[in-house]
Amino acid sequence: MSVSNLLQNWSAVRHTHPVGDAPHAEYKWAMAIDLDACTGCNACSVACYAENNLPAVGKDKFEHGQQMHWMRIERYWDEDGRDMPDQGAQFLPMMCQHCEAAPCETVCPVGATNHTADGLNSQVYNRCVGSRYCSANCPFKVRYFNWYSYPDQEISWPSPMEQQLNPDVTVRTKGVMEKCTFCVQRLTVAKHNARNEGRLVQDGEVQTACQQACPTSAISFGNLVDPASKVAKQWKAQQVELAVDKQAKDEGDDSHEVGEHHSTTKLRGYRIFEELRAYPSVMYLERVRESAV
Amino acid sequence: MGKDIREDISWAKINTDVLKSLESPRPLYWVIVGVALLMFLGGVSLEAYQYRQGMGVANLNNPHVWGLFIATFIFWIGMSHSGTLLSAILHLMHADWRKPIYRFAEAMTTFSLMTAGLFVMVHLGRLWQFYYSLPYPNERGLWPNFQSPLLWDAMAIFTYLSSSVIFLFIGMIPDLAICRDHLHPGWRKKLYTVLALGWEGTDRQWRNFRVTYLTVACYLIPLAVSVHSIVASDFAMSQQPGWHVTSFPPYFVAGALYSGCAAIITLFIILRYVFKFEEYMTLPILKKTARLTFAIAMVWTYLNAIEFASVWYSHDQASKDVLIQKATGPYAFAWWGMIICGSVVPLALAFKKVQTNIPMLFSVSLLLNLGMWLERWMIVAPTFSHGYYPWTWDHDQWPSFVQWGMVFASFGWFTLLFMIFCKVFPSVSMYEVKEMVYHRSLASKMGGKGGH
Repeated sequence: MSVSNLLQNWSAVRHTHPVGDAPHAEYKWAMAIDLDACTGCNACSVACYAENNLPAVGKDKFEHGQQMHWMRIERYWDEDGRDMPDQGAQFLPMMCQHCEAAPCETVCPVGATNHTADGLNSQVYNRCVGSRYCSANCPFKVRYFNWYSYPDQEISWPSPMEQQLNPDVTVRTKGVMEKCTFCVQRLTVAKHNARNEGRLVQDGEVQTACQQACPTSAISFGNLVDPASKVAKQWKAQQVELAVDKQAKDEGDDSHEVGEHHSTTKLRGYRIFEELRAYPSVMYLERVRESAV
Repeated sequence: MGKDIREDISWAKINTDVLKSLESPRPLYWVIVGVALLMFLGGVSLEAYQYRQGMGVANLNNPHVWGLFIATFIFWIGMSHSGTLLSAILHLMHADWRKPIYRFAEAMTTFSLMTAGLFVMVHLGRLWQFYYSLPYPNERGLWPNFQSPLLWDAMAIFTYLSSSVIFLFIGMIPDLAICRDHLHPGWRKKLYTVLALGWEGTDRQWRNFRVTYLTVACYLIPLAVSVHSIVASDFAMSQQPGWHVTSFPPYFVAGALYSGCAAIITLFIILRYVFKFEEYMTLPILKKTARLTFAIAMVWTYLNAIEFASVWYSHDQASKDVLIQKATGPYAFAWWGMIICGSVVPLALAFKKVQTNIPMLFSVSLLLNLGMWLERWMIVAPTFSHGYYPWTWDHDQWPSFVQWGMVFASFGWFTLLFMIFCKVFPSVSMYEVKEMVYHRSLASKMGGKGGH
């Protein structure tokens, strides 16, 4: 954003935001996660640590909530009166949802977090001053702040683990915000290769680390603009649309309460907190419950 | 009720009494300065520690990214509103009882803004890059994000700070000339000579002075309202439950005036004793300040009730849950403390006996400020421990000694600046007190009821 931009198209600044105007000409990276296939094994989380140079913070800092897991597996226990070992658990892999109208982007005072043309929510580490407003305004709390200078800490990558640091990913300094990037370093390479050959990235040509590691293939990732991609097919099958704040699955459900939806259809696709109108790029497929079958 | 000020007090005596405050305060003055300096140095070492180690030592964590730093930042911004209220708003309303006390209230505005500014810095993860958030021309053509309320904040605070410094300075010019004319040669005389801008008290100078003062006063009032509305926007413009409240801007402004007035009572009592200002900072004036505080306390209580009601009947479960959590969760002690200190304790100010009882007023004013500090904490913190996302609920969130220490030290820094100011510059406006005495004596001679 520049001054001339401000003066000339002040109103356009927000209106040309990706939602609605089909601005994603070539790519719109998106994800679909099948919760019925997720076993909660945490392989995705481990793969993310390895791919993105995430530091291990140690038990002490973890207990203080200062961990850096861009990809986390959340556990929710079924409230059906049973006690611990028999009690059913549900797993939810959670990472940055790359919202199309991201609440974090508008509030950053320095514009360190932005939307890219291919629909990613990017984080510019060098620009970040660490006001942490983005995290304060994130409904999913998937942004992780560098509370310490983790690369300087012995525990982050104990020898010989520093040997497996990914040279394609920067190591972040203390005082900046970071989060899931949809493995942007892989996307960039794939896009460059495709461009050199004068074509677009094909479906399956690029995988995110979490997707690659998932033993049950619960995660699929791809280009939503390409109707032949697996992700686009999944979104279409579930009638989930990017620029809509209430999906087909929840039609007829008049509940206003956040997170309280009672579907009357056979559809499983939903996005988290649709009603907040952040338009996330991650679709979840609801678990098929015994009671629902 | 006695007179606000003795009408037979001579102009020469006003000069000597006030100028004496620049020379020989009570020994308690040096004790206060010493303690304040120690507190501030403690804060500096905590900041150095945090700077080296990283923000983690403050025991902030990933859902709870904002803590006491932001809460105390709002607190100090709020404090800054009283000076403008007393000097600009009451000036326009011709309330002449403000005259002996407005100068220190204005100084309070300036110094509390400077304290608030420090908290922004302390809060930043990369303090050394703070200038990224200022709109300055640079070779990369990069500008800050003009959509961000935090950027409006930075601009509003800088504007308000610079304007209030100018206002404080302009209002002091005739007094600086008195200091220049009466003090022995030395560095201070040189300082006053420069700052007095060649004031001689000619008719033309007085006319220009009045017009300038009035213009800046009119300019400052909307600024004061906007600055705290913008601080409120940091929260109201966000999407989080408990923050996304339309009534926040007026609520914040009322809270600001409230805590500012309470702080004026506190400082009034301290200055009155330390600088022997009993003749000028009189009990009837204190009484008027107490009544003003009571009125604003009731406005604040009303707006608080509106906020609760609008959340409760909003049909927004997440916001309601935050409110319930405030009243019953881990923050319940602070939330109820806020209600008691902010809405119940000020009821004492309705009693005439309390209005002129100095020890009582002193403790009430401290409790009011405690309540207002808790209010700010209760705006910031509970939203993090019970926001939209259930996974983030009930995490460890208690601030560490670094946060508490920095909050404590900020009071030292403020007191230090304020006490140095009161020793270097006249903290009672001499020319306006003379004017007040003159008008009052004229009025009583003519059999009127005093005032303008």
